[in-house]
Amino acid sequence: MSPAMVFTQNGGVLSRREIPQHAPERFAQALLTALTGGWRVVSYFGMQEEDGVRLFCLLSFKSHATIGVMSTLVTGKSFYSLVPQAPQLHLFEREIAEQFYLNLEGHPWPKPVRFAPPLGSLPGETPEPPPTIGVMDFYRVEGQEVHEVAVGPVHAGIIEPGHFRFQCFGEEVMHLEISLGYQHRGVERMMQGRPGERMRKLMETVAGDTSIGHGTAYAMVVEALSETRVPARAQVVRGIALELERLANHTGDLGAIAGDVGYLPTASFCGRIRGDFLNMTAGICGSRFGRDLVLPGGVRFDLAADGAGQLSDRIKVAREEVQNAVDLLWDTPSVLARLEGAGVVSEQTAIELGLVGPAARASGLNRDIRRDHPFGIYSMSQIPVETAKSGDVYARTLVRWLEIEKSLDFIEEQLSQLPGVSVANPVREVAGDHLAVALTEGWRGEICHVAVTDARGHFQRYKVTDPSFHNWTGLALALRGGQISDFPLCNKSFNLSYCGFDL
Amino acid sequence: MIDTIFHVVLVLAMPPLLLGVIGKTKAAFAGRVGAPFLQPYYDMARLMKKGIVLSDSTTWIFRAGPVVTLAATLFAALLVPLGKHPAPVSFEGDMILFAYLFALGRFFTTTAALDTASSFEGMGAAREVSFSCLAEPTLFFALITLTRLSGTMSLTPMLQHVTLPVWMATGASLLLLLAGLFVVLLAENCRIPFDDPNTHLELTMIHEVMVLDHSGPYFSCVLYGAALKLYLLGALFVNIALPFASGNPYVDWVVFAAGMLLLAVAIGVVESVMARLRLIRVPQLLVAALILTAFSLVLVVR
Repeated sequence: MSPAMVFTQNGGVLSRREIPQHAPERFAQALLTALTGGWRVVSYFGMQEEDGVRLFCLLSFKSHATIGVMSTLVTGKSFYSLVPQAPQLHLFEREIAEQFYLNLEGHPWPKPVRFAPPLGSLPGETPEPPPTIGVMDFYRVEGQEVHEVAVGPVHAGIIEPGHFRFQCFGEEVMHLEISLGYQHRGVERMMQGRPGERMRKLMETVAGDTSIGHGTAYAMVVEALSETRVPARAQVVRGIALELERLANHTGDLGAIAGDVGYLPTASFCGRIRGDFLNMTAGICGSRFGRDLVLPGGVRFDLAADGAGQLSDRIKVAREEVQNAVDLLWDTPSVLARLEGAGVVSEQTAIELGLVGPAARASGLNRDIRRDHPFGIYSMSQIPVETAKSGDVYARTLVRWLEIEKSLDFIEEQLSQLPGVSVANPVREVAGDHLAVALTEGWRGEICHVAVTDARGHFQRYKVTDPSFHNWTGLALALRGGQISDFPLCNKSFNLSYCGFDL
Repeated sequence: MIDTIFHVVLVLAMPPLLLGVIGKTKAAFAGRVGAPFLQPYYDMARLMKKGIVLSDSTTWIFRAGPVVTLAATLFAALLVPLGKHPAPVSFEGDMILFAYLFALGRFFTTTAALDTASSFEGMGAAREVSFSCLAEPTLFFALITLTRLSGTMSLTPMLQHVTLPVWMATGASLLLLLAGLFVVLLAENCRIPFDDPNTHLELTMIHEVMVLDHSGPYFSCVLYGAALKLYLLGALFVNIALPFASGNPYVDWVVFAAGMLLLAVAIGVVESVMARLRLIRVPQLLVAALILTAFSLVLVVR
């Protein structure tokens, strides 16, 4: 019998011929066996082929820093859901069914994900147009005093669109269902074709606040496919930029959480300090969000000697300021009383849903791509992983703060020992008929990019998995049994991306 | 006569200024410059010039809500003495009318909210009614304590009775009463820690969510009515907290106005140094305030 899967590492590349293609039954069995054995799904997607839809599943095994790949071919209209045994697949399967116009059998909640037209379909099938966005049967609780609250897709304040449907008993939320897709742009369709500058820019805008995270993942995919080495100095600059992105967003989140509980001082200070971190990124590359900094093969802008010194000084000032602002938060009992016990996600739930990033770490899951599947500078220089136990808003706030401290330390350490001189190597031709995978730890969590090339070296399929894709269900479950008035605070503590999910 | 003119002018013109002072105080704590002191006036003037959007599903109740509420609050304004000056309207038992004019206003605000049939507004109305059920007894306990001290059920003589000698004799009771009144003042005016007047998050709001559908002049009425309510409950508080009378009516007017501004600063400080309570904790704090005022009554009747 052929091996269940073929192994590679983060930033690795495989020839398409090496990837085992199982019969659907064997694929399901191998997948479930792997999941019980401690593997975790990082990406699971379909790709149109001549004789059907090929499903690729990529799994991560933390302790060996290994990524396993396997595939199967769906030729019939239906494929069987594994969700009853493996809940973490639930959204991946719904996505595959929607993108390739398949029937999902045995899924407990088979609904559209983005209400988008399919990417492809079985040979001979003509897909119908997708249903009107947001129009579906929501889960309903019936009863005398049960009431339904619908929020969105248009919200107060400047945030992205999404629809939230609460089933409430008085102030208590019995169930929350989240319906997204309003930001769908067809990113994965646009990513089919010849790799190039346009695609790099597109990847930087998958989620506008995670340009470095997604940009680095794209660069790693192209580097893997073209066997391009990245100079050490460029890796350091990428690492610094990624941590600056984390600092800016985590600081902004702490301020927003403080603002949601009505605690003004931290809200105002953190709002400003977030701007300072963004300006540091602008100091490196001219863009506050790090656009066009990361290129396949390296980085576009170097940190000059005096630039590194200046950045180091600004980091020192910002460290003191953010420390003061956040200490106010920890020193105010009314704030802590508000944060503790709100929106609890248990460790068991987090494991079953496959949560990632700070939300997972706040529920006690020790997972961080920077350590589990180290890439770039993180394979040379370790960054400690911070976790918390309680899984509530307080834990998510605390984990963010601890990560801010660690990121500041990391940047200062890297700035003191910048290696080499060269910051970019030329990129060679992208290899045809290969599959490349790149994982990065953006500030929201694990970002996974997978590219499958055709014989000409064009992307036949480019799969982006934003951390929000894993975590939205976590938010829905955090509210279960909670207070509806706690929703905005819980939402802020997750701070997920709509466009990163909607693609 | 001159006192009545002063009373009417202050009550009509000053309330939005308190909101401006609260805003400035909060801005100072947050390290910002903040909006001008007169910003609430500009906002109301701007709203007066705007058009009105009415939902098809609403009836006359929705339109009556802001008007009745404002009218009730304006009438209540004639019953409260400002500083050491008698109120324009005063009769035995007016304290009960005072309390129930607020209740009338609330009744119309909440029914107007229910009239929209919006799930948000229904939620806000439910919250408002359940919390004010707990705030109202506190106000009554405070008024009964004052009745017991002064022997009258009319606001003007009752509040003018609170002088330095009375403070010396029953200071403990009055302190408890003031603490309870301050909590009611914050709760009734949807200030932090009960409600966040600045939030845009409908699901967490209490008062603001009930008036989401009001627009233009109606919304201006709602804002002005809310400012007036803050002013009146604040005047009640300041009357008891500042038992000084100089004898010169003009000095007393200045002392009163300064007292109101100080109160606004105090509210701004409270809003800056603490976070909002979780909604399910709000009744607990209101009950605590009720117990404080109940104790103050126990202290004077024992």
